[in-house]
Amino acid sequence: MTTTVREPRTRTQVGVSRPRRDAAEKLRGQAQFVGDMLVPRMLYGKVLRSTIAHGRIVSIDTTAAEKIPGVVCVLTGADLSDIDPYYGHAIKDRPIVAIDKVRFHGEQVAAVAAETPAAAAAAVDAIVVEYEELPVVADAVAGVAPGAPLVTEREMVPGLFHGLGELPERDGNVCYRYALDKGELEAVFAHADIVVEGEYTFPSVYQYAMETHTVIAQVEGDEISLWATCQHPFLVRAEIADLFGVPVANVRIQVPYLGGGFGSKSYTKMEPLTVALARKAGRPVKIQNRVGESMVTTRRHNMRATMRTAATKEGRLLGREVECLFDTGAYADNGPRVVATAGDAAPGPYRWSAYRVDAACVYTNRAPSGSYRAFGATHLQWIGESQIDEIARRAGIDPVEVRRQNLLTPGEEVRSGGKPLDADLVGDVEKVAQAVGWDEPKRPLVGRGVSVGLLAAGAHPVSSAVCRLEADGRVVVLVGTTEMGQGPRTAFAQIAAEELRIDADRVTVRGTDTRFTPYDRSTGASRSTTVAGLAVQRAANDIRRQLEGIAGTDDVDPDDYLALMRKHFGFAGGELIGRGEVTPVGTGSYAEGPVFWEVCVGAAEVEVDPQTGFVHVRRTATAADVGRAINPLLVERQDEGATLQGLGNALFEEMVYDEGLLLNDTLLDYRIPTFEDLPDAMTCVIVENEDGPGPFGAKGCGEGALAAVPAAIVNALADAGVPMNELPLTPERVWQRIQELKEEGKWQN
Amino acid sequence: MEVALSVNGREVVRDVAPQELLLDFLRDSLGLTGSKRSCEVQVCGACTVLVDGLPVSSCCYLVAQAQGREVTTIEGLAERPEFERLEDAFTRHAALQCGFCTPGMLLTVSALLESGELGSEEQIKQSLSGNLCRCTGYRGIVEAVADLAGVE
Repeated sequence: MTTTVREPRTRTQVGVSRPRRDAAEKLRGQAQFVGDMLVPRMLYGKVLRSTIAHGRIVSIDTTAAEKIPGVVCVLTGADLSDIDPYYGHAIKDRPIVAIDKVRFHGEQVAAVAAETPAAAAAAVDAIVVEYEELPVVADAVAGVAPGAPLVTEREMVPGLFHGLGELPERDGNVCYRYALDKGELEAVFAHADIVVEGEYTFPSVYQYAMETHTVIAQVEGDEISLWATCQHPFLVRAEIADLFGVPVANVRIQVPYLGGGFGSKSYTKMEPLTVALARKAGRPVKIQNRVGESMVTTRRHNMRATMRTAATKEGRLLGREVECLFDTGAYADNGPRVVATAGDAAPGPYRWSAYRVDAACVYTNRAPSGSYRAFGATHLQWIGESQIDEIARRAGIDPVEVRRQNLLTPGEEVRSGGKPLDADLVGDVEKVAQAVGWDEPKRPLVGRGVSVGLLAAGAHPVSSAVCRLEADGRVVVLVGTTEMGQGPRTAFAQIAAEELRIDADRVTVRGTDTRFTPYDRSTGASRSTTVAGLAVQRAANDIRRQLEGIAGTDDVDPDDYLALMRKHFGFAGGELIGRGEVTPVGTGSYAEGPVFWEVCVGAAEVEVDPQTGFVHVRRTATAADVGRAINPLLVERQDEGATLQGLGNALFEEMVYDEGLLLNDTLLDYRIPTFEDLPDAMTCVIVENEDGPGPFGAKGCGEGALAAVPAAIVNALADAGVPMNELPLTPERVWQRIQELKEEGKWQN
Repeated sequence: MEVALSVNGREVVRDVAPQELLLDFLRDSLGLTGSKRSCEVQVCGACTVLVDGLPVSSCCYLVAQAQGREVTTIEGLAERPEFERLEDAFTRHAALQCGFCTPGMLLTVSALLESGELGSEEQIKQSLSGNLCRCTGYRGIVEAVADLAGVE
C-alpha cells in the first residue's frame, strides 16, 4: 500500500476580485426589479394613509371612491373580520389596516385596487375619513412620562420570530426592556478618579433604499403568490401563512433583484396589505410605495441616552452605566431586537470591572422603527467612544493608546455566556489610525478620531443550500439569500467553484422562489457569506463527495466530472444534487452565539469651519475584519457604502417630527450623501486572520463601518475643539455649540 | 394628444394624455423598464434619460415636451458601440451594487464624457451629484469615470 502526499491545493476562486456576476444585466438596464414586473390581470393598489398621528376613526366613507370608473374594490379594516388581522414577527401588535384607531402619521387606513394607477389614486382621494384626535405621544421621553397616553391598549402577543426568550409584560408604553448588570457599579464609581457623563440624542433616520417597498400579490383559493422586495422571504412566508390561515407551503414568494435594502426590507412590510387587497379584488394587485410612504413603512429608531464612564487617573477603564430610550413608533417591528443589540453594544469591547445597561423600547405615535444596517451599535458607539476619548484627554493619554490598554483581546469574554472575542481589535484600530495619518502634524480646526465597537452578527444561524451539477458541467446554486447589491450571487459562485475546483463562471446563482429554493432564515446581520455561504460550501462539497464515491477515489480531476456522471447515470443526462445545511446545534461556535462578533472600527479626520459650523470630512478609514475575503473588491465596496451612510447619519440625515407629524418626507428636504460628500480620502483596510466561522475562515462585513464612522467623526470633531452630544452634526447645531464654547471660555481655536 | 418622437433611434407615434410623464410612457407604454422611479422630485437621478443628448429627469418631464426630440434610454445606450467601454470600466471597478441607480448614472456619465466636462476628480464629483447612489459610497463610480475620462 502506498500513501500519496499531495501539496495543499492553491485556492483559485476565492480571495480573488472576480467581476460581479450581475454586472452586465444591471448595467444594461435588464435586471428585473419587482416594480418592473407585470402579472396577467394585475390591478394597481394605492393606500390611503392617516393624516394625523393619533386618533379614533369615527367613520370611513368609501361610496364615492367605489363609483370611480376602473375601481375594483376598496379595502378597510371591516374586510378583515374573518381572520385575526394582527401581525409582527416580534410582537403581534400591528393590524393589516387601521382598525378603530390610527397610531401614526402615514398609517394605512384603507386601500384601493383599480385598473390603472390614476383610478386608484383618484379613489384614494375620494375616501372620506372622520377622526377624533387623541393626545399624541411625540417621542420616547413622552412615552415613559407619568400619565402618558397609551399608544396601544392591546395585550402583548408574541410574534413568530422574536427570538428573545420570554417577552415581558407591557409596562405602559414600554414594550421591551433589555438589561445587563455586571460587578459592583456603585463601588467602582465611588473610587474612580475620572467620571465622564452626559445626555445624548440620536435622530430618526430613513434607510432610503432607492427602490421603494413594492409587492405584487395574487390569491387563488388557499394559494398565495407574492413577488416582493423582501430580504427575509422565508420569514415573510410564515407570517403570511399565519395571518391568512393557509399552509406555509401554499405561500410562494419570489424575490428578484432588490434595489437596496439596508434592513428596510427585512421582516414583513407591505406584504399583508397587498395580499388582503388582492384577496378582496379576486385579482393580482401591485402596490408600489412612493418615497414618503416608504419613509413611514420603517425607519431607524431615534434615541435618548444617558451614559457615564469611570476610569482611573492613568486611564484604566473601570465601569460604565447606560440608560437609553428607543422610540420604536406605533408598532414594535424589529424594535425589541434593535434594543437588545444596542444593549449588547452599549458597554463597548473593553475590560470592565462593572457595568449596568438598561435599554427600553418605547411605543410612540411615530412611524414604526425597525432594522437599519448596524442597528444598535450605530446608536451607542459614538456615545461610548466619545466618553473614552474624554477620559484619554483628562488622563493625558493618546486616544489610540487608551484603547490599546483597555480593549479586549482575542479569546476574552465579551458578554457572559456568549462567544468570546474572535477579532484583533487593537490591531484593527492601529491600522485605521495610521490610515488617517494619526501621528502627522495637523493645523488648527482639524481633528482626528478613532472608534471601536462590536456588533453581535449572524442572526439565528439556520441556512440551507442545494447545488445541482448539470450534465453540461454547469452548476446551479439554490440558496435563499436576497441579492440587494451586496454581491452574494458572486460570492456564492466563487465559494461553490472553489469547493468543486471549477471556474466560478460555470456556477449560476439565481433569486429566491420559496417554492423551489431551500430555507434560509434571512438576509441581514452580515450573515450571508458566513452562514448561507457555509451552506453553499457544504452543498458543493456534497457533490464533490458523490463524485469521489462514483470514482472510488478522493483524487478526482474536475475534467473527469462529466465522464463520472455518465458512468453513474448511464446516459448524457441526470444531475448530481448536493445538500448543505447550517444549524445552531452541533456546529461548535454557533451554539454559544453570536455567530461572530463583527468589528466596528473606524477613524476619521475632519475640519470644521467656525464661521458656518460646516464639518468637512477629509479622511476616513475602516477595518473590514473579514477573516478571509472571498472577493476583496466587493468587501471594500461594502465598507465604502457603509462609510457614506455613516457620514450621512453623522452629519445631516434626520427625519424631522413635530408632535407626531413627519415634516420632511421627500428627498428634497431629507438629504442623503451625494458625490460631493465623499471624503477626500477613504481607506478600507481588509484584515484577514482566517478566524471566522464561515467558508475558508470568512466572516461577514458591511455593517461595522456604519457604526464606526459616526463615532470617529464625533471624536474627530471633539479633537478639533467641538464636543457634541446630539446627532446629526448639522452646521447650525455645530455653530451653536461653538458659540456656547466661546461663552464658556472653552473655545481653543 | 398625439406625440411623435424618436426613442433609441426608432420613431414612435402615440396618443398620450397631456399630463403623462416621460418616465411612465417609457416604462408602461414602451416596456423600457431600465429607467427607474425613486424620488419623483428630480433629486435622485434614477429616472435619467437623454433628450437630444442631454440628461433629464424623466419623472418630471412630460412626454409632450419630447415631441420631435430624440430620447435615449439605457436600452438604447447599451446598443451603442461605445457602451462597451462604460460597461468594462464599471465592471472592473465594481462601480455598482444593487443596480437601481446604475442606468441613470450611466446615461449622465455618457453625456458628460461626450461634452468633455470631466477633466478632474472634483469635476466628476460635481457633475455627477445629481445622481444618487445609496449602496456604493460613490468611490468605485468615481474611479470608473476617472478611468473613462482619462483623469489621473
